[in-house]
Amino acid sequence: MNLNELTIKQASEGLRQKEFSTTELVSSCLKSVREKDDDLHSYLAVFQDALEQAKKADEKISTYRNVEMSNLPPLFGIPLAVKDNILIQGKRCTAGSKILENYMASYDATVISKLKSQGVIFLGKTNLDEFAMGSSTENSGFGPTKNPHDSTRVPGGSSGGSAAAVSANLCLGALGSDTGGSIRQPAAFCGIVGLKPTYGRVSRHGLIAMASSLDQIGPLTKTVEDAKILFEAIAGGDSFDATAIKTKHDSRTTTHELKNIKIGIPKEYFGQGLDTEVKKIIKSALKKLEEVGAEIQEISLPHSEYALPAYYIIVPSEVSANLARFDGIRYGLQETSAKNLKEVYTKSRALGFGPEVKRRIMLGTYTLSAGYYDAYYLKAQKVRQLIRQDFEKAFAEIDFIIGPTTPTPAFKLGERSDDPLQMYLADIYTVAVNLAGVPALSLPAGYSETTKLPVGLQIIGQWFKENELLNFAAQVEKLIKPKD
Amino acid sequence: MITPKKVEHIASLARLELTAGEEKKIEKELSAILEFVEKLNEVNTAGIEPMTGGTNLKNVTRSDEQIDKILEDKAGDLIDAVPEKRSGWINVKAVFE
Repeated sequence: MNLNELTIKQASEGLRQKEFSTTELVSSCLKSVREKDDDLHSYLAVFQDALEQAKKADEKISTYRNVEMSNLPPLFGIPLAVKDNILIQGKRCTAGSKILENYMASYDATVISKLKSQGVIFLGKTNLDEFAMGSSTENSGFGPTKNPHDSTRVPGGSSGGSAAAVSANLCLGALGSDTGGSIRQPAAFCGIVGLKPTYGRVSRHGLIAMASSLDQIGPLTKTVEDAKILFEAIAGGDSFDATAIKTKHDSRTTTHELKNIKIGIPKEYFGQGLDTEVKKIIKSALKKLEEVGAEIQEISLPHSEYALPAYYIIVPSEVSANLARFDGIRYGLQETSAKNLKEVYTKSRALGFGPEVKRRIMLGTYTLSAGYYDAYYLKAQKVRQLIRQDFEKAFAEIDFIIGPTTPTPAFKLGERSDDPLQMYLADIYTVAVNLAGVPALSLPAGYSETTKLPVGLQIIGQWFKENELLNFAAQVEKLIKPKD
Repeated sequence: MITPKKVEHIASLARLELTAGEEKKIEKELSAILEFVEKLNEVNTAGIEPMTGGTNLKNVTRSDEQIDKILEDKAGDLIDAVPEKRSGWINVKAVFE
């Protein structure tokens, strides 16, 4: 097996046993990037100093004996990719947008500081839909990324670059961000694992903000075990993020008996719009769970059909506020033909932003404007409360909610890019999770029969119970592992 | 709902210069999306508190101390990012005409 095909867990063990060096591990990934990424376009920037960092890491541990080796942080020497809306000091951060094409980050995101302190080797920044707005990575200002399973199809979005890079073994794991499904949906489309933590679990300091009440950074990895390792490295409170909770995370790995676990299947998630092949795969996974003693019951999340409309008021509203800072003055590109101050704003933003971004800013400006705020934003936030309550009521009876991550497998490049509403429908099972703030994970459940594309199963857990979610997901992963 | 005049007004508020073609396209798209979100009117939200953030946290404060200790060169980095600058200052157009 090539080193870049290892999981984080396998690689960290191999490094500790001195079976190979960090330099060899990183070189293997970089070689694969050179071979595949011209075609795949998962990376926007590959770091020239990654190999140098690897050599320094090897020098550091060259004199270490077994005890010191075994005390290395879990992610020491591990090559990871980072979605290009998360700041790494001294490196460009574009948010997938022309408006930030040459912007150099002046500080590290908190998650990056945490990973640096463990000795992670960052390989580069991955492609995304512009400002994380999209479900296919086609909205990137720098060209789309392809799905490694079928190059005529999208990898999903907005963390499409990260998902494709992990799936194609161009890194051992990656960071993404999820506001309405942007980690889970591309994870499902690319056949890998993606976790969106509870809102407030991971600091957003250094994440270029999209919708501040929904955004979360999370891991994209090859296995659930890897997702747990990466999640634990980045979770935690932060003085720079007032919304990050300081609860201590319980990281004990307990092997849950699947027997007697109560699983809720929302009837609203198996209705119209769900592809029959996806449904078949999810049902088959549920059957396996039932066979080992899990208790499956149908539940209702009655406000499910209102999640997407609520989301598409709340998100553009918050986006219109968050993107006001891109004024062509303090950073980013400026339209030099501007004749006065207002034109500096209107022309720079017109030049730098892509169509989806403009669309959402316009929508959000409208919904927050005088006379419309109550009818739209306030109404949506009330419906959001009801959606949250749906989950609270459900979790009083069951431990986890399971359903398909997406209604269909990956669609073709260009198939939905002209119809915003069609594109929005890709997130129908993922947005309610962000609105409620609960954690959720997508893991590979199989391949569609006719098109042979990955299908993801979504597990939704209770607020701040990522440990239970990850432990359960690891069990499910073992049980339903698709035959490659 | 959305009229061409409204589109112009919103674009001005949003500080976005749109071409005539973009204005027409966005008028259609916004109308379609607003029609879609009208669905929320089906929900009875009487007496429901709006969820104003992602958590139930209120008034999260910290003591007014400088946390970021390493400030050397930070100002320089920020100015480096500015597109129009002069002698270490941000160069802007006249605020009043």
